[in-house]
Amino acid sequence: MPILEGEGVTKYFGGLAAVSRVDFHVEQGEIVGLIGPNGAGKTTLFNLISGALTPSAGVIRFQGREITGLKPHRICKMGLARTFQSVKVFPNMPVFENVLLGALFGKPDGVSVAHAAEEATALLEFVGLSAVRSTPAKDLTLVNQKRLELARALATRPQLLLLDELMAGLNPTEVGQAMELVARIRDQGITIFMIEHVMKAIMSICDRIIVLHHGVKIAEGTPQEVATSKTVIEVYLGE
Amino acid sequence: MDIARLDLRKMWTPALLLIALALFATLPLYASRYLVILLTSIAMYVVLTGSWAIFSGPTGYISLAPAAFFGLGIYTSAVLGRTSPLPAVILVAGLASFLVALFVGALTLRLKGIYFAMFTFGLVELIKYFLLWYEVEFTGTRGRFVVVVDNTTIYYVMFIILATLLLTAYLIRRSRFGMALQSIGECEEAAAHIGVNVNLLKTVTFAISAIFIGMAGAIMATRWTYVDPYIAFNPLFSFMPVLMAIFGGIGRFGGPILGAVVFAYLEETLITRFPYYYMLLFGIVLIIAVVYLPNGLVGLAQILQKRISERRHAHTGR
Ligand SMILES: Nc1ncnc2c1ncn2[C@@H]1O[C@H](COP(=O)(O)OP(=O)(O)OP(=O)(O)O)[C@@H](O)[C@H]1O
Ligand SMILES: [Mg+2]
Repeated sequence: MPILEGEGVTKYFGGLAAVSRVDFHVEQGEIVGLIGPNGAGKTTLFNLISGALTPSAGVIRFQGREITGLKPHRICKMGLARTFQSVKVFPNMPVFENVLLGALFGKPDGVSVAHAAEEATALLEFVGLSAVRSTPAKDLTLVNQKRLELARALATRPQLLLLDELMAGLNPTEVGQAMELVARIRDQGITIFMIEHVMKAIMSICDRIIVLHHGVKIAEGTPQEVATSKTVIEVYLGE
Repeated sequence: MDIARLDLRKMWTPALLLIALALFATLPLYASRYLVILLTSIAMYVVLTGSWAIFSGPTGYISLAPAAFFGLGIYTSAVLGRTSPLPAVILVAGLASFLVALFVGALTLRLKGIYFAMFTFGLVELIKYFLLWYEVEFTGTRGRFVVVVDNTTIYYVMFIILATLLLTAYLIRRSRFGMALQSIGECEEAAAHIGVNVNLLKTVTFAISAIFIGMAGAIMATRWTYVDPYIAFNPLFSFMPVLMAIFGGIGRFGGPILGAVVFAYLEETLITRFPYYYMLLFGIVLIIAVVYLPNGLVGLAQILQKRISERRHAHTGR
């Protein structure tokens, strides 16, 4: 059974089909990439999965249970976390509290504040933000805000993590560090579904890649298969 | 490390409040009648503003509903005052406000920004005109007399309401829910995505804040002896809390409280000294505050504190 699967997932904005009858699946333990030109519908698909938006049609299942149209907080508590393309930290709260909130509210059962604080401290260490734990999140650099979002998502103890352009705006060194981080997260047993424009990153790290174009899935396969697919090359060169 | 420092800062306010409470509890024994009445008015504004700040402060949802809950309290008092003991009247008023707020919150807290503010204000008018219609249609009256209660009793009831409010606000802020409320104000979408049930939390907090406003209305009604829907649902009681909170500074909980105390005191003294143009003076004070004190009185205090410590550093530096 796939950890995440979608059948005929569709989203209209007015007359525009931002996502159109997309079937997809993500297996336990995989890193799956989602690529496509600007406006292809990638973020919209993530919004449908995480509950930020309700699909116009189609079914989404997580660990075999239907989650179509559930509220984001319910989906999060089931074990599905995400980061955002445009960073959405809690700007005036200290870094530590950002992560603490994830640890306090993200799990199906209640946890003690002391335990959540321990977890948050460990996660800040993991993403390399221990030194700035008392800084308001808005004062961090972009790369650190992205790391913070990652730590906050991990604090909810997800089984599946959706990453929306984690590497956009980072310099080559930072991209390398981010890739290493993603690999380490996967090694902890967390399945990863990631949107990325940085081709080098996505080609080297993903087990499988799904390609969207104008809301439609046009290809799917190993990085090798996708990179040599005629349709995919046409779409990217045709831009 | 920073937890210890935060705790220390949080200890300050409750310690001061305890001393203040002891003082206020004994006050009617030696203070003048005028002072008791003045302090009751100030306490009423602190209750209105503090309740408003429990919800609107951290979440940033500007509620203009206080007058609706205040009016509900007043009417509860007018209807039940003759037949029920005062504590029961106060509790029923709180409960009625809680339930109405729960219902209204569940319906409207999906609205964002100005739409929420407008709807909550609409609520005040809606209830007012419903009551007017009801009284004309069914009871054939306009307005009601309220059972009179003596000033000392009103004073004590208001201070019990105020103390309960401050305790509640303190407990909420200290709890994980206080932190979650703030996260809603900072980025609601992200809050929802890390497991915060944003609609439930907003609705329940909104309803809790309404309890105190309703109770304050119930006790204040006994001072006015006669009420009708226009008096009970006066929009001023929606705007005052917002203005007082802005005046004091919305960022921290102490801000709205301080704002309400100073503002209410100003209002009471200006009314007696300059009965004809106190509103004008009032407006001028408010404009100056908004223009020159973007973070309110609390912001001003912080600026002064910083200046003083800088000067001290400059001295030791030499
Ligand atoms: N909330 C919305 N309301 C209306 N239209 C939207 C909304 N969100 C996205 N769209 C539209 O849907 C289409 C897909 O947008 P989406 O953000 O999913 O693309 P994307 O693949 O993530 O692109 P990018 O690579 O630029 O992030 C675009 O045409 C966009 O303008
Ligand atoms: Mg996108």
